[in-house]
Amino acid sequence: MPQLLPETIVTEAASFVCPAPLTQRDRIVLGHGSGGRLSAELLRDVFLPLFSNPVLNRMDDQAIVEIGGARVAFTTDSFVVQPLFFPGGDIGSLAVHGTINDLAMGGARPLFLSAGFILEEGFSTEALRRIASSMAQAAAAAGVSIVTGDTKVVERGKGDGVFINTTGIGIVPDGVHLSANQARPGDRVILSGVIGDHGIAILAKREGLEFETEIQSDSAALHNLVATMLAVSPASNVVRCLRDPTRGGVSSALNEIAMQSRVSIQIEETSIPVREEVRGACELLGLDPLYVANEGKLLAIVAPEAADEILAAMRLNPCGAEAAIIGTVGGAVGDENAGMVTMRTAFGSTRIVDMLAGEQLPRIC
Amino acid sequence: MKYVDEYRDPKIALAVTGEIARKVTRPWVLMEVCGGQTHTLMRYGIDELLPPAIEMVHGPGCPVCVTPLEMVDRAIRIASLPDVIFTSYGDMLRVPGSESDLFQAKANGADVRVVYSPLDAVKIARTNPNRQVVFFGVGFETTAPANGMAVWQAKREGLRNFSMLVSHVLVPPAMRLILSSPLNRVQGFIAPGHVCTVMGYREYEDLVSEFHVPMVVGGFEPLDLLESISMLVSQLEEGRAEVENQYVRSVNPEGNLAAQNILREVFEVSDRQWRGIGPIAQSGYKLRQEFADFDAERVFDVGDSHAEEPKECISALVLQGLKKPVDCPAFGKRCTPMTPLGAPMVSAEGACAAYYQYRRHATAIA
Repeated sequence: MPQLLPETIVTEAASFVCPAPLTQRDRIVLGHGSGGRLSAELLRDVFLPLFSNPVLNRMDDQAIVEIGGARVAFTTDSFVVQPLFFPGGDIGSLAVHGTINDLAMGGARPLFLSAGFILEEGFSTEALRRIASSMAQAAAAAGVSIVTGDTKVVERGKGDGVFINTTGIGIVPDGVHLSANQARPGDRVILSGVIGDHGIAILAKREGLEFETEIQSDSAALHNLVATMLAVSPASNVVRCLRDPTRGGVSSALNEIAMQSRVSIQIEETSIPVREEVRGACELLGLDPLYVANEGKLLAIVAPEAADEILAAMRLNPCGAEAAIIGTVGGAVGDENAGMVTMRTAFGSTRIVDMLAGEQLPRIC
Repeated sequence: MKYVDEYRDPKIALAVTGEIARKVTRPWVLMEVCGGQTHTLMRYGIDELLPPAIEMVHGPGCPVCVTPLEMVDRAIRIASLPDVIFTSYGDMLRVPGSESDLFQAKANGADVRVVYSPLDAVKIARTNPNRQVVFFGVGFETTAPANGMAVWQAKREGLRNFSMLVSHVLVPPAMRLILSSPLNRVQGFIAPGHVCTVMGYREYEDLVSEFHVPMVVGGFEPLDLLESISMLVSQLEEGRAEVENQYVRSVNPEGNLAAQNILREVFEVSDRQWRGIGPIAQSGYKLRQEFADFDAERVFDVGDSHAEEPKECISALVLQGLKKPVDCPAFGKRCTPMTPLGAPMVSAEGACAAYYQYRRHATAIA
């Protein structure tokens, strides 16, 4: 029997068949929750093979299922943010906005939420009351009701004060079919406003960084903005896909769309709105705003002929006042850059905008 | 943004590139020493804007990249001890040691914390008197003063539970190594602006007179780099070799004397191992005898280890400017930021990671 060279076989298998063996870790690391490449690997390697079904496999921010003739959007999200209270919001309002936005990205009108609380022994009831009150306000403002819930308490040291899970359902209007696989060459990329506010607000508060003006989280419910966009040309599918660039930021959301639609996406550095303070904080910490989380922004892929009209409609909504067209969808079948996001820099050169690999790490110097 | 946008103006950039193109009459190979400068070159695509006669090669100035494998292994071993709180700058956490990284150690139960300043680590030591707090002191002359200050402060306060795992390296010995190599191709250097902010640039004048190679102390913004390149091309075309200072808004010839005093008080120059390059004599810092109680390598007996670099990794050649990341057969295939074979693929400032992050489309098209 010929002697095989095990090493060669392993490397070849890794590079040509499936890259998993090289990256598989035997423990969960924080990067698995970062919304970037490690999170995607966890889905691919653990959950998707076991849970696989046509609805899940679409890998959108929400599942859309037909129940009794109605198209129901269904999603869930857990919130583990620290600090619990931050400029511009708190874990409660975030838990409501986050789930509403996941429904809204499917074009759905959000209706009902559930709220699950995991509380740590010793947590202040006063703080819990503040969080719940903030949830009630956020839900009322968005026109949704919190209709069911659950509470568990874990021993001191087994939680981090409070974790919240919210699940939401909504109805998708007839004729609305949004999905990350709908982007087509020639489409335009619209961003609804300045990026990085939420991530930097949290980081600044957590690390005790002080800036001249306080940076506020952008946490907001986006379903009304979405309704405005869809109303521009109902039932025409000019809005192809919506994503809220939360964990992993704009770069991860665009990379997901590029991969699922098998297109390339080119964005223009000079068109991407970033607040001065956020740029400053990112410069200081060595972070790239394209990778920083947002909680009240959306990315839209829209048909070129409708882009200007949709943009104008967005700008009339407070959540879209600073909306801008930031790029175009390119590539077609056989394009070598399919699945890739690139950016034309202010200098006219082109660079890749990659998905976040693990955690975004502040650099040494 | 003030103090930043002025140095990123595309119009001025085009004017400077035009100036460089008019001056250059033959090919020149230039090296930017610092990883931060490499990052800017790639991020703004500056090398694409330069006339083809100018070739930029990338230097060894990425602190994460040159920290030896054994030191990362040692850090992981110390971090994994019970009662230790191991603190570090963020980007050291993903650097692979021979078997694992600090993220993995953290997942396995080690108390590993990211800090933004070594003084935060001292604060953690103060508030956790029953735990041993260790800070991973890596970097060049830029980070050394703050790290030295942390040790100095801990000694002054009489903290008995703070120590530093020191892996500091110095830029001039690495430049001397590159210049002394018979394979050297570099004809002009952009010297590291932040290192010179601390140290001044007298040491670089010694290198220039010894090797007759032009140097410009350069900043980190796109226009800083273009202006530095322009100044280097002028020197080369005119046959001059001297140290010029482009980064005048930050660097003066003598450097930051207060920072140098702390360095002298806390550290002494010692031999150091460089990842990918090997041992370089008198190329780093270790803590002085007076601060031995704060030296994590003495506080913890973690033994000695000799780890082997993956054979496929050509980082030694990349860090000396002899090869480009894309010359490596593993680049972008078996070696990516997710699965780094060598440290230049880990840190944002590593040359391989910069190419991977910003340039893969060019290699995909080519």
